[in-house]
Amino acid sequence: MAQNKESKKQGLILFLSDTEEREGLLGKKNRKLLSDPLTDNNPITVQVLGICSALAITVQLKPAIVMSIAVMAVMAFSNMIISALRNLIPSRIRIIVQLVVVAALVILVDQVLRAYAYDVSKELSVFVGLIITNCIVMGRLEAFALGNGVYKSFLDGIGNAAGYAFILILVAFFRELLGAGKLLGFEVIPESFYEFGYENNGLMLLSPMALITVGIIIWVQRSRNRTLIEQN
Amino acid sequence: MDRNSNAYTFIFAIILVAVVASALAFAATNLQPAQAENVKQEKMQNILATVGIETTRDSAEALFNKYIVEQVALNDQGKERTDVDAFTVDLKKELKKPVEEQAFPLYVADVEGSQYYIVPLRGKGLWDAIWGYVALKDDVNTIKGAVFDHKGETPGLGAEITQGWFKKRFDDEKIMDESGNFIGVSVAKGYQGGDNKDDNAVDAIAGATITGDGVTDMISERLQRYLPYFKEKTNVKVAMQ
Repeated sequence: MAQNKESKKQGLILFLSDTEEREGLLGKKNRKLLSDPLTDNNPITVQVLGICSALAITVQLKPAIVMSIAVMAVMAFSNMIISALRNLIPSRIRIIVQLVVVAALVILVDQVLRAYAYDVSKELSVFVGLIITNCIVMGRLEAFALGNGVYKSFLDGIGNAAGYAFILILVAFFRELLGAGKLLGFEVIPESFYEFGYENNGLMLLSPMALITVGIIIWVQRSRNRTLIEQN
Repeated sequence: MDRNSNAYTFIFAIILVAVVASALAFAATNLQPAQAENVKQEKMQNILATVGIETTRDSAEALFNKYIVEQVALNDQGKERTDVDAFTVDLKKELKKPVEEQAFPLYVADVEGSQYYIVPLRGKGLWDAIWGYVALKDDVNTIKGAVFDHKGETPGLGAEITQGWFKKRFDDEKIMDESGNFIGVSVAKGYQGGDNKDDNAVDAIAGATITGDGVTDMISERLQRYLPYFKEKTNVKVAMQ
């Protein structure tokens, strides 16, 4: 019995790294991997990565949500694959290897969506290709997956994708609401507002306003948490 | 083996590429039938939508066979071509050929006794291809309905051409003037005509001027190729420039 338990433990250690095993699956450090990117280490507002897709796809809430889910899938799996291969990858071609893995996953996600979730894949259209060039994905592979265990990398991927998703959805919420008076395609601003002279702000639909919205979010976040302000 | 040696790097790269390529090839081949089926059903759905029949993708095929009574491919003189199957004509490929060699697919629908001619469209939007279908009533002048789709137009702007409120603007629009000369329907910026259906124009989408122009061009370029056929086939007066 005791031997059985021991061998199980051995197997677990092979999969996880030594420290992970001691911490437990959702220990304090692992939880931090998930929660940090949502707030104090947010990939968009603190690291200022992934801005390009935040500008491109936040006109409406729906594509922003679908994009977030797709990014989450790609980041979790690419982080896991690169982490599993981290001791085999020759350091000179590691960026190329990362890119190949990410591109393969993105194509795979796209193909599967096209076959089994055709309507969603139409919704994504151009955006799915954008994931390949998303700086956050490459950034996490380079900064985290190459140096950490498979399970930790998985959590890190999910955490960072969630941080990205949070900002994306927030920006898309304001842009669709103020720009088109809709949320997820449904009219939410009552007709009586328009009768009183309220008008949709068409400027919100254009890319510059996405940048300004992200800027406002960064401003609010840094004024609430002053440790984020860089000291030169 | 030394992880920094050239040999190791090469072998690693070759194995990686081989694994990734075979995985993608395997996925693509296995998913292809399901994808092709989706595309086919969507095409049927779109064709049916132009004559006012809304359906789900699953029931599209049955309804398509019920309402579409004729599918023909025409040449540029309006004569029927027997060497091509109308439904499988790929307009993307056809548009690259000279006009004389192109095939022009046409669907004839019979809905509760009324005949409609459905013409597939394809053109350029702002970022990439746009396409659609437009159904003409049997006077070959009045539009029964239109459907548009796009590959990469901006959501909220150009991509709005797929929306119901935009497509509805084309209902009952005329493609010819009073004397029967072909004009098409233009998507007009700053349109003041309201609900006027006789001015060959509809109101454009704000912020999507180039996509709108693409729709205008696509309608006039495609529809005029069918005029010889309409002239011969129908009793209605069709003047040609």
